[in-house]
Amino acid sequence: MTDKIKIKDLNFHYGAKQALKNINLSVKEKEITALIGPSGCGKTTFLRCLNRMHDLYPGNRYEGEIIIDGKNILEKGLDLIKLRSRVGMVFQKPTPFPMSMFENVAFGVKLMGIRKKKEISERVEKALRDSALWDEIKDRLNEPALSLSGGQQQRLCIARAVAVEPEVILMDEPCSALDPVATAKIEDLMTDLKKYYTVVIVTHNMQQAARVSEYTGFFMLGEVVEFDFTQKIFTAPANKLTEDYITGRFG
Amino acid sequence: MTREAYHKALKELQDEVLKMSALVGTAIKESMEALKARDVEKSRRIVKNDMQINRMRFDIEEKCIRLIATQQPMAVDLRVLASIINVITDLERIGDHAEGIAKISVSIGDEPLVKPLIDMPVMAGKALSMLQRCMAAFVARDAEAAKKICNEDDEVDLLYDTIYNELVLLMVQDPKIIKDATYLIWAAHNIERMADRVTNIAERVVYMATGKMEEMNVSKY
Repeated sequence: MTDKIKIKDLNFHYGAKQALKNINLSVKEKEITALIGPSGCGKTTFLRCLNRMHDLYPGNRYEGEIIIDGKNILEKGLDLIKLRSRVGMVFQKPTPFPMSMFENVAFGVKLMGIRKKKEISERVEKALRDSALWDEIKDRLNEPALSLSGGQQQRLCIARAVAVEPEVILMDEPCSALDPVATAKIEDLMTDLKKYYTVVIVTHNMQQAARVSEYTGFFMLGEVVEFDFTQKIFTAPANKLTEDYITGRFG
Repeated sequence: MTREAYHKALKELQDEVLKMSALVGTAIKESMEALKARDVEKSRRIVKNDMQINRMRFDIEEKCIRLIATQQPMAVDLRVLASIINVITDLERIGDHAEGIAKISVSIGDEPLVKPLIDMPVMAGKALSMLQRCMAAFVARDAEAAKKICNEDDEVDLLYDTIYNELVLLMVQDPKIIKDATYLIWAAHNIERMADRVTNIAERVVYMATGKMEEMNVSKY
């Protein structure tokens, strides 16, 4: 298993407040890595470091290294647009743009500079198929994306992320606003997606982490308490804090 | 997110396992006493009481399954529940072995025993002590104590071999006692199996405590 992302001594500060402390871990290529931990433990902060989402706000500061395919993405002067097309993101609440389903998925493709209609259509179709949404919406692609159900909207957002052919997909609690059926569809989809992409998911649902991921990291107070194979974390974690958290003895 | 009701249910389940093991312990002790004292009535009571042990096993197993279905236990809680399901199966079988001795006692009926029982009560006492200490290790999640208990199985096996050889020798000397001597070999064999079952329980204690599945009772054969 190759390392897609290597994080070395990562510290992150929101202004004066340190939110991540000495994070060291490796994300394996074409596997699903889940991040769990109590609210405010730094898991979403960490996820947002991986495509430098924090740069959108002033006063934030990174230290250490995040190496993707041998290159430190924290280096100054890095092309952030390019980085974010390589490392896509899906948010907690579905965030379709107020435009048609087709335009939503084509949006990023056009941003990449692709202009040929045929190529755009092909990319949109492939992304929708990869996101298990094509059969449901292929006859109404020009209708507003906001007319879709919550679960469909979230899969559309996944299609939008997938359409630019990223290498890594970050998911920040992608199912927390969805019902169990829609959640099951997204979970199935994640398993399909890992054939092509490296997936990192933040989830509050420990059963979801246990179901979908190969690796799990437990975060607390801005630190990684334990990182290991998911089946190890959920059957016999090495650290007492991890054990107490996942068995509901605190948190 | 502390889950008090769930953890209370887990604790109660553990208490029930202990209650079941206490009943099994009593069955071991009394089955040997009844065999030795030729108390057929007491032996019949032990056979009857085994039903209660069997019922407890199903009852505890059902509660485990309910907790798994409703609470999605993980980590140590999951290991405890998975272990309990195995432990109660072994306890139930140990109860069956005690019942087996009681049935043998009923079969021998009013006949005197072919030899006084000396090693066999020692053997039963040893198996009972192993069980009791193993259940203490279960409560304490003490893998080291559980491993030590497994080593004692050899002593029980040795006693079994002694009893077996002695009875075979008696049968060679006097074929008329073959039937009753065979009964006693069966009784001893039941105790030997009890100790084997205790080592199974010890393996589960080790798993509960460490998450590692290890074979403890390697057969010498």
